[in-house]
Amino acid sequence: MSGDDHIYSVLGQEHGGDDRWAFGTGFTDALAGVDTTLPEGVDGDDLALYCQMLGDDALVQAQRLVHWVTDAPELEEEVALANIALDLLGQARLLLSRAGQADGTGRDEDGFAYGRGPAEFRNVHLAEAPRGDFARAVATLLVLSTARLAVFTRLVESADPVLSAIAAKAVNELAYHREYAVSWTLRLGDGTPYSHERMAAAVADVWPLTGELFAAHPVEARLAAQGAGVDPSALADEVHGVLAQVLTTATLAAPAPFPEPAVAGRDGRHTPDLAPLLDELQRVAREHPEATW
Amino acid sequence: MSTVTADPAPSGSDEAHQAEFDAKVAADQRIEPRDWMPEGYRRTLVRQVSQHAHSEIIGMQPEGDWIASAPSLRRKAILLAKVQDEAGHGLYLYAAAETLGVDRADLTTRLIEGRQKYSSIFNYPSLTFADVGVIGWLVDGAAICNQVPLCRSSFGPYARAMVRICKEESFHQRQGYELLMRMMEGTADQRAMVQDAVDRWWWPSLMMFGPPDADSPNTRQSMAWRVKRDTNDDLRQKFVDMTVPQADKLGVTLPDPELAWNEERGRYDFGEPDWVEFKQVISGSGPKNAERIERRRAAHEKGAWVREAATAYATKHQSDREAAV
Amino acid sequence: MSTEHGTADASRPEWPLYEVFVRGKRGLNHVHVGSLHAPDDQMALHNARNLYTRRNEGVSIWVVRAEHISASSPDEKDPYFAPSGDKVYRHPTFYSIPDDVPHI
Repeated sequence: MSGDDHIYSVLGQEHGGDDRWAFGTGFTDALAGVDTTLPEGVDGDDLALYCQMLGDDALVQAQRLVHWVTDAPELEEEVALANIALDLLGQARLLLSRAGQADGTGRDEDGFAYGRGPAEFRNVHLAEAPRGDFARAVATLLVLSTARLAVFTRLVESADPVLSAIAAKAVNELAYHREYAVSWTLRLGDGTPYSHERMAAAVADVWPLTGELFAAHPVEARLAAQGAGVDPSALADEVHGVLAQVLTTATLAAPAPFPEPAVAGRDGRHTPDLAPLLDELQRVAREHPEATW
Repeated sequence: MSTVTADPAPSGSDEAHQAEFDAKVAADQRIEPRDWMPEGYRRTLVRQVSQHAHSEIIGMQPEGDWIASAPSLRRKAILLAKVQDEAGHGLYLYAAAETLGVDRADLTTRLIEGRQKYSSIFNYPSLTFADVGVIGWLVDGAAICNQVPLCRSSFGPYARAMVRICKEESFHQRQGYELLMRMMEGTADQRAMVQDAVDRWWWPSLMMFGPPDADSPNTRQSMAWRVKRDTNDDLRQKFVDMTVPQADKLGVTLPDPELAWNEERGRYDFGEPDWVEFKQVISGSGPKNAERIERRRAAHEKGAWVREAATAYATKHQSDREAAV
Repeated sequence: MSTEHGTADASRPEWPLYEVFVRGKRGLNHVHVGSLHAPDDQMALHNARNLYTRRNEGVSIWVVRAEHISASSPDEKDPYFAPSGDKVYRHPTFYSIPDDVPHI
């Protein structure tokens, strides 16, 4: 075959630079130039567990979200939810990689994602809760993104430079996730009588799972004291205020106070919903333990 | 042509329009949505573009099934981004089709009622994770062969959609091939998975170019209109020529005993796909036809209340916005 | 379930069509990149961000209801969709910047 027979050659010949097509500019490495040595005064094992907590929240939620792709009310929403899942997956990969640096094992992101059982996962129950209908997805995303944004906004100041860099990238993503969830909360809450009912039911379903988000695990408390982490119990009022404003604007009932905070998922104690989720996530990797992908 | 002749034409006759249209096409100019066009041209394009759009949307499913079980987080992210791209490409193409005066809602209805076709390849099942790689390599490779010439389609909106799609898709084929290379360096099990997937997808990939030229009655007209730039057989040949060296490099065997280099032609000779099977699959009796359509239909129907809610909200708040301006 | 399919049913109006314009980089014009459907302006911006600028920040997006665009087409005599000369310009996908637009 001659050179200009190549199938891509037409593109190069006729369509010039990418600027003409208003393309985006690709991706940047959030950790470029960031010092990865463990800062003094920060406990490596604690930091590793903390990174797993934040990473697992993102990984498990992303795993739920990907099922909306080919199953959403409109194609545009499939694209949007895939974007959100991609963001969360990206956060999980960075956080789990950091966990393997912090605990000295050198385990990589896949070591954590595919090598642990349910009792070793540290995500909150809300992340693993069943997918439900679109209103449920919106309610879950609204609560998780609001709470996570509150945490990550503060994590930008973390004593751990890696966590700080991850947070700096994530806050923009999370702010968008929350905006997306708010938009749909308003439209479902203040849409038709039927959608109002479904949205109200979804909020009622997720509400019992919100208390855990503000229960400080001892690891979180210690890292907060060391300046590397954030104590979530200090964020409850702020998050409740945001949610109350969104829900009432959406013509939904003002929310009850958050349930009493109690640590569960952060200690590896999970609902029966997590094990099947992880089976699906890990199935292929575990069938081929020696394989490279 | 009835639409045009029914209206009192403000200037010129059909013959004059036709001559102008023919001249534009012959000069390789683009036809734009508001230009006069022969009804057959419009109908052909509606069919071509909407089938292409449907193919992108249905094509999300065979690979989409593996996102949740991708064996590494990197593969999961790549696959998710790729399947998301396909949704985006479907949307670009629906937009191009809409410039021809059809509604996306109507096209969606035609798809989920099984009244409009999509690429037969997506009615085959994806059985192992190696299928993700082989779909990227062979199916996307064949799609690229088909699509790159369409960047020069005479219909402007379609041509522009294809440029964007081809640019975005260039990573699709590469990620597939890269996955296969990695798997071929892995365990014996993995190599067997790759070969098995190649065996299953090779012939359906060749069928993606459509029936042989002799059985493709519309090809001549479509080429004259420049909505098709190469014949099915030419593109198929080009694909085979491109793929055989890639298969050698990968270390897999393409399942065609007749495949051989023809020194005289400077091309590869290859066997004839099973066109009986092709006709069955395209007419709806492929292994996965019903399931693929059903999934799309279910998503659409169970999402109706969400779409209605958004419309109701927009109506309620329209006056707020206008007051604020 | 047949009412689910109805497109003419006034109680189930389809989301309207929006045209999308993106500034891909500082210093460039907004260019038409395509169209999409959305229930309202805000969701149209969401959808445009997700669809046409997939995950890249730092761009500026305009969306406008297609029916609010007036279009002229001086060399397109007797447009096919007559008499729509002053109505919707449903230009499909995207429009390239002329080559002489300066890059900063």
